[in-house]
Formats: sequence, structure tokens, C-alpha cells
Amino acid sequence: MGILEVQNVNKHFGGLHALNNVNLSVEEGTVHAIIGPNGAGKSTFLNCLIGKLKPDTGTVLFQGNPVLGKKPHEINQMGISRVFQTPEIFTDLTVFENVMIPCFAKRDGSFELNALKRVRREADIREKAEQMLLDVNMQDKIHVEAASLSRGDKRRLEMAMCLAQDPKLLLLDEPTAGMARADTNNTIDLLKHIGETRNITKVIIEHDMHVVFSLATKISVLAQGAIIAEDIPDNIKGHPKVREAYLGEAEV
Amino acid sequence: MDDILLQILNGLDKGSAYALITLGLTLIFGTLGVVNFAHGSLFMLGAFVAVIVRKIMMISSVTLDPTRTNFLGKPLEIKTTYIEQWFGSFGTWMIDYSVPIAVLVAIPVMMLVGFVMERGLIKHFYHRPHADQILVTFGLAIVLQEIVKKFFGANAIPQAAPEAASGALDIGVWLGFAENAVIYPEWRLIYFFFAVAVIAAVFSFLRFTTFGMVVRAGMVDRETVGLLGININRRFTLMFGIAAAVTGMAGVMYAPILSPNYHMGMDFLVLTFVVVVVGGMGSLPGAVLAGFMLGILESFASMNEVKSILPGIDQIIIYLVAIIILLVRPRGLMGKAGVMED
Amino acid sequence: MLKLKNNDTALFLAFCVMVLAGPIILAPLGAGYPDLLQRFAIFGIFAVGYNILFGLTGYLSFGHAAFLGVGSYSAVWMFKLLSMNIIPGIILAVILSGIFALLIGFITLRRSGIYFSILTLAFAQMSYSLAYSVLTPITNGETGLQIHLADPRILDTKSTDGSLPSTNLFGLEMNDTWRTTLFGMDLQFNVGFYVSAILLILCFYLSIRIFRSPFGLMLRAVKTNQNRLMYTGVNTKPYLLTAFVISGMYAGLAGGLLAAMDPLAGAERMQWTESGTVVLMTILGGTGTLLGPVFGAGAIKYFENIFSKVNDSVLAGWFNFMPDWMTDTMVFLLGPFFGKGWHLTLGLVFMAVVIFLPGGLMEGASKIANLFGKRKNKGSVDSTGTPAE
Repeated sequence: MGILEVQNVNKHFGGLHALNNVNLSVEEGTVHAIIGPNGAGKSTFLNCLIGKLKPDTGTVLFQGNPVLGKKPHEINQMGISRVFQTPEIFTDLTVFENVMIPCFAKRDGSFELNALKRVRREADIREKAEQMLLDVNMQDKIHVEAASLSRGDKRRLEMAMCLAQDPKLLLLDEPTAGMARADTNNTIDLLKHIGETRNITKVIIEHDMHVVFSLATKISVLAQGAIIAEDIPDNIKGHPKVREAYLGEAEV
Repeated sequence: MDDILLQILNGLDKGSAYALITLGLTLIFGTLGVVNFAHGSLFMLGAFVAVIVRKIMMISSVTLDPTRTNFLGKPLEIKTTYIEQWFGSFGTWMIDYSVPIAVLVAIPVMMLVGFVMERGLIKHFYHRPHADQILVTFGLAIVLQEIVKKFFGANAIPQAAPEAASGALDIGVWLGFAENAVIYPEWRLIYFFFAVAVIAAVFSFLRFTTFGMVVRAGMVDRETVGLLGININRRFTLMFGIAAAVTGMAGVMYAPILSPNYHMGMDFLVLTFVVVVVGGMGSLPGAVLAGFMLGILESFASMNEVKSILPGIDQIIIYLVAIIILLVRPRGLMGKAGVMED
Repeated sequence: MLKLKNNDTALFLAFCVMVLAGPIILAPLGAGYPDLLQRFAIFGIFAVGYNILFGLTGYLSFGHAAFLGVGSYSAVWMFKLLSMNIIPGIILAVILSGIFALLIGFITLRRSGIYFSILTLAFAQMSYSLAYSVLTPITNGETGLQIHLADPRILDTKSTDGSLPSTNLFGLEMNDTWRTTLFGMDLQFNVGFYVSAILLILCFYLSIRIFRSPFGLMLRAVKTNQNRLMYTGVNTKPYLLTAFVISGMYAGLAGGLLAAMDPLAGAERMQWTESGTVVLMTILGGTGTLLGPVFGAGAIKYFENIFSKVNDSVLAGWFNFMPDWMTDTMVFLLGPFFGKGWHLTLGLVFMAVVIFLPGGLMEGASKIANLFGKRKNKGSVDSTGTPAE
């Protein structure tokens, strides 16, 4: 059984069948990409995984435990972190504070009344946050206010925040959307680097085939709310159903 | 049975006022996205338009009648209003009908107040956080209230309804109840029909005119409407004026029911916001429905039978309902998702 | 950045000196008398507490006056039943307002943004209405709650001379004042003020600790991106509720102290315009800064005092040097803003601050400081931008 098991998930929006009996099994340690044309239901699917949306039917098991119906912070505490399409960071805080927050969440759980401790004296948290920023190569921006970062740096920071929690599963929602080529390549390198040093299973939703084929070890194709193909990257490229779904999107 | 009818009727006028004020508030909020804490002041200013119109009509010349003396033994002063001197009995009629006349005056006056408020202050706050909008309009509400207090004093100034409409109706008889079972003041009934007419006018305006269509579209998606090359801002300014006029008229007509005082705006504002929460932020039908509903509920809560079981319930029923609604239906009766939830 | 620690210490020490020397510093400004000094300290506590909620989390509560009222009522009841010693009164004020805040916060914090503001407002209005009506046995309605000779006061020995006992701290009466003259200035050192001042200092210290704690960091994170925080595994509700309760307890303490200085409590203390005033104090001083709210509270209370006292004849005195017609014009123009017109001025100040100086006095001060290129004060002036290390 995989680390993440999605079974018979259905989601309707009015008359639209956004997810049609989706089954998915993500093996531990893999990079599992979910691709598909616009409107295929990729984002809906991801939102169901993190508790933002509740599917009509179906189950989602993470390491054998049900995920559906749990609150976002509970799902996160189970070990699932998410990178958003537009980087979601704490713009009013410094880069360092941004990374310290997930460190606290990892160490202290979803709530701890630590109103009289001093952030200054939390040596283990500070050390870990510094290490994370070193990992994403942002140590020189440690005291910069996050709002003033470039888009690429914001993405790095968000990655660092997710990694600081040592997640078991990392969900990435189009991590390179709207990025220039150079930034995209940097992000690919960063993700590869993360894969080398840590054993984190990743589910990645992506439009950019260059990114998908550079990273993925397995690919599922979602079209019109249903999984139409699932295979290793080399086989996906020539899959007739996939070609049909993309209607000649030449990149595939 | 007649008791229930009486309570429903008693709640109608207050409910009408809630519905009208909330309608204006929701129009402003829905179109401009601004939370206007000075909205209650518009209601209060409307009521004072009635006061001013009456005052102007009452300006009098004073003549001494040497043939009669007052209790101090001085010649008796006889005041005659100019309006009666000039127009005779028509003048007397105008004074009697000062409140309905004030409604006509209030439309342009309150629209102007609305324009000045929007162009002069609110406009600069479209892109500021909601907290800033709340704070600056809160400040404005205090200022308006204090100015009115300065000019008109702290005491309420009673306004009379026209003679012909100040009697009471035995509504019960029409509906087959015993005589004198359900007595209802005429002016309150008029207020209710007035409110219904204004609400119908606003809804049909939004429904059937191009202007209304654009505004409604703008309420849903401002950017797209802007992209169509329509100057949405100007329409929104006009909308602010209309909302101010609606609220102001509600205030004028309410003057014979509640004597205008400087703090009535603040009093109603808090209740109005509660109505908005119950109806659902940004929903016009919700605003109207919740307005009437809460007015009637409040009236039931002030029945002696209810008060003897739950003392003080009449004071807090509206707040209690709001709290319960928010816990059970967080978006209110007819609220839409995503409104004001950031 | 590491110097911040020292900056905090320096800031705190400077604050202590400033507060304790209040009667001397403020005497030249004509504000060195006990009644006003007490109000500075008490409303300072109120604003510092409010800032923990509004400044850190951005949740704009319009209902904090309710906690002030609860604090006052509970303190007066202790004075009636138990003792004129202020300790039980103040302890009960803090506890009850805390419980009250827990209940209200539990419900209101289910919503955020404007809904939260309206809900808190509704609760405060509800408390206000209840205090006037059904709760009259507890609040004594419109008259307000007062102490009487016939009250039990089971811990105190009955007074024999037939005069009302005064509030005290183990015998030190709150209205005891030691007066002296320095350089011709009349200095008044009042017991009540020093009790309030010491509590203000404690509250301020606690507020610094909260600002610099992981808890404070989480609250600031709520303000900037609550969604991200939830997807980072943090349950934001208990953090918000704790902040709400803490600020409610600060307000209760302030209410208790108000009653301790002058043992009566009325419902008008719970009116929502009072809640508006504490919001104004906080934003006037500088939302989210450490010192700002204290200055904001001081400024508002100071000007309230001055403006309310000035009437038309005092105004005329100011412009005496002018020709008569000009004096009359000035009085006519300025009159509405003074005396009973203080609220008008307050409303205008409110608008002006939001429009022109959203960062408050603290930001204004740091802007001016930057203008002169003096960066050395930055640490103490600006704490919104400084990291919580």
C-alpha cells in the first residue's frame, strides 16, 4: 500500500462532475506528477487532499489514516505540507521569522501557550531555521522582510518553510507557474536537491512538461475529472489516450 | 390570534426602518466594497432634514396684540408664520404636511450628502484595509453626530405626522376580529407601505435599467465590468448617492415615530450591522428579509407575556438571534461565500 | 539585530523612569495632578492590552469597553462585600473579565474581519443594554453602582465616624497625596497613581515578553497570512482566543483600577463609543508598536482634559490681545471644539489619524527621526518592523 491512497473520490460542483471516481496510489519515496489539460480537475483534487474542499464521496488515506474531514492544521500535523501556486508566505515578517514558524509548529504542535518564552532563546529552532535557509541558499537574505523578495525567492522561502517541518508528503501545486526559464530551472534543481538529501514523497501538479519529465518518477494523467493513464514517464509520452486528451499539445 | 397580529404590526414599522437602512448599507457595501460606519448618520441626517424643513416653515413674524395680555401683563405676542402669510391656507397645509414635503427635499439633499461623502472621503479608502474604512467612517459618524448636537441640542425634537394621518386604524375589524382588538396608528402603516414602495423601486431599478444591470454586474465582478470600458466608478458614486437618499428618506419618514435626536444614528447603526450579519453580507434580499424579521421578533420579545418569562429579552433579542444565526449559518440567511471573509 | 535585546531592556528601563517620574515630568504641562495621572496610567493599561489583540493579530474589536465595565462592577462589589482594600477587587475584576472574554471570544472568533468587529460590537451593546435593564440588581441601572455605609464589608472594621471609607492598599489610601514644591512647581505624588503606575509597568513588561515570544510571533503571522499558518499546522483559534482573553483581562484590570480610584461603576463605561476610544488610542499611538498605545492613551486623556476644561470665556482670555471683534470671531470659530465639543475634536482627530497617519505617532516620530538622519532611536521607536528575536 502506498503512503497516500485515494479511493473513489467524487466531487460535483452543481452540474459539473469535477472529480469522477479518482483512484490514486502514491508510493513512498516517489515523485508522482499529476498532469492534465486545463480544467481537468487537478487543483480540485489537491484541495481535497489538504482539507480545503470536501469530496462528495470517497476516501483518502495517508499512511493508513483517513484525511478527509480533518482541518487543514490537523492534516499538516500528520505530515503533509503544501506549496501553493502563488507562494503563500508571511509577507510582513522577515525571512527568518517565516522559517521559524513551521519549526515551532513542528516542535510544539498545533498550539502551545508559549507566551513567556523568548524567541531569542529558542536555540534549536533558530539553528534549524538557519539550516533550512542555507539549504535553499537564502542565508544572505535572512533578515529581509519577505514582502520585498523576488518571486523566485518567495518560492524558495515557501519551500524552506515546508521542508522545515520534515514532511512525509509534499504537495506542489504548479511550483513553477509564471516563472522565467532560469527560475524554473533553479526550482527544478532545488527540488532535485531536496530529493537527494531527504526522503520526502512528492505529489506535483504541473503544466510545464519540462519540469514534469525532469522530476517525476511516475505520472498520472487527469482529464475531465478522471484518471485516464498512469505510468512511468517514458511510457506516458507515447500513450494514445494522453495524446488524445491533450489534442496535439506538441510538448508531450 | 389578534395579539399575534398586533405584535407583527408593531414590528413592521421598526422592521421597515431596519430594512431600508440595511438596504442602503448593503448597496454601498456591495457596490463599493466599503464598510460604512457612518451609515447610521445618514438616517439621522434624514430625520433632521424633517426637523429643518419644519423649522424653516415655522419662521414667523411677531406682532404685538395690545388688546390682549399674557400672564405677565405684557401685550400678547402673536406669531404668524411667513408661509401662512404668503400662501394662506395652503401654507397651513404645507406646515401640516411638513414631513412628506421633507421627503421630497431629502432626496436631492441626501444625494448631495452622499456624493460629498463618497468623493470627499470614502473614495480614498477603496484600497485601504477594511479596518481603516471602519475607523475613518467611525470618526466621521462621531463628527456628524456632534455637529448635529451642536446645532440642535441634546434633546429629541418631536415631529408631527400630518393631521390626516395621525389617527389610528382599527385594522382588526377589517380582518374579522373584534372591534378595538387591533388598533394601529395610521402613520406606522404609511411608513410600512412607504418602505415597501422604496424597496420595490430600488429592486426594479437594479433589475430593469441598464444602469442597474451594470451595478449588479459590478457587485459580482468589478474588474471585468471595468474592462468592458464602462466607467464603473461614476456609477458607483451615483449608487452611493442613491443609497444615502434611501437611508435619508427612511429617516425623514421615521421622524414622527421616533423624535429625532443626535444619537439615533449610532443607535440604529449597531442594529443595522446586526441585521446585515443576519441577512448575509452583500445580499439585498437578505437585508430586507432580515430587517423585517428582526423588527417583528423584537416586537414579540417586548410582549409582557414573553418578558415575564425571560426578563430583558426585548433588549437583547436581536443580538441573540444574530449570534445564533452566525453559529448555525455563518454566512447569514442569504449570504454568499467569499464576501468579506479575508 | 542581536542588540534588540539590549534595546528592549533600555526601552523598558526608560519606560519605568518615565512612568515613575510622571508627576514631575507632567507637572510643567499642567497635567501633574493625581486624577489625570491616574487616568494616564489606567488607560495606558487598557490600550497596551488592546494592542496585544489588535496590534498583533489585526482583529479589530469594538467591544472592549464591555470588559472595562465588568472590571469596574466586580471591583465595586468587592468593595461593598469584602473590603475597601483594593486587592480582592482588582483580582476579581481581572478574573471575571477574563471569563467574560473567554465566552465572548469563543463565539466571536468563529468569524474574522468585519464580521468579528460587528459581533464584538453586538456583544458590547448587549452587555450595555443588560446592565441598564435586567441586571439592575447587580449594576444598579442608571444610577450606577456605589458604596454605602450599610454595605457589609466583612473584612473591614466598621467605620465609626459615619463617613464613607476610602479605597486603600493595606491602609494606604488611594487618594493620599504627598505634595511638595520644586522650582515653584506644585508636585503631587499620589498613592493611587503609583499603584496604577506599577501595574502599568508590569503590564508593559508582560506585553514586551508577549511581543517577543513564539506566541507573539504566531499572532503576527495570523495578521499577515492566517491561511498559510493553518496550512503550516498551526491551529490559529486557540492563539487568537488567548490573545483575546489576555486583552480582555487587561481591560478588566483597567476597569478595576478605575473603580479603585473612584469607587463607582456605571453602564456608560461599557458604551461602544468607549470601545472606539481605546481603538483610537491604539492607532493614534501606533498600532502594533510597544510604546505607541501608552502615548496614544496619554495624548487622548491629556487633550480630553484640556479641551473639556476650556470654555468660551477661557478662549476669550487666550485671544485677549486681539481687537474685540477678532476675539469674538476666534471664540466663535474655536468654541465648538472645546468644552462640551471635545467629542467633535475627538472625531476629527480620529479621521485625521486614519487618513494622514495610519501608522500613528510612533511612525510619525520615526519618519521625522529619519528625516533628520538620526537612526539611533530606531530600535525603540519602531517595533512593527523589527523581528521578534
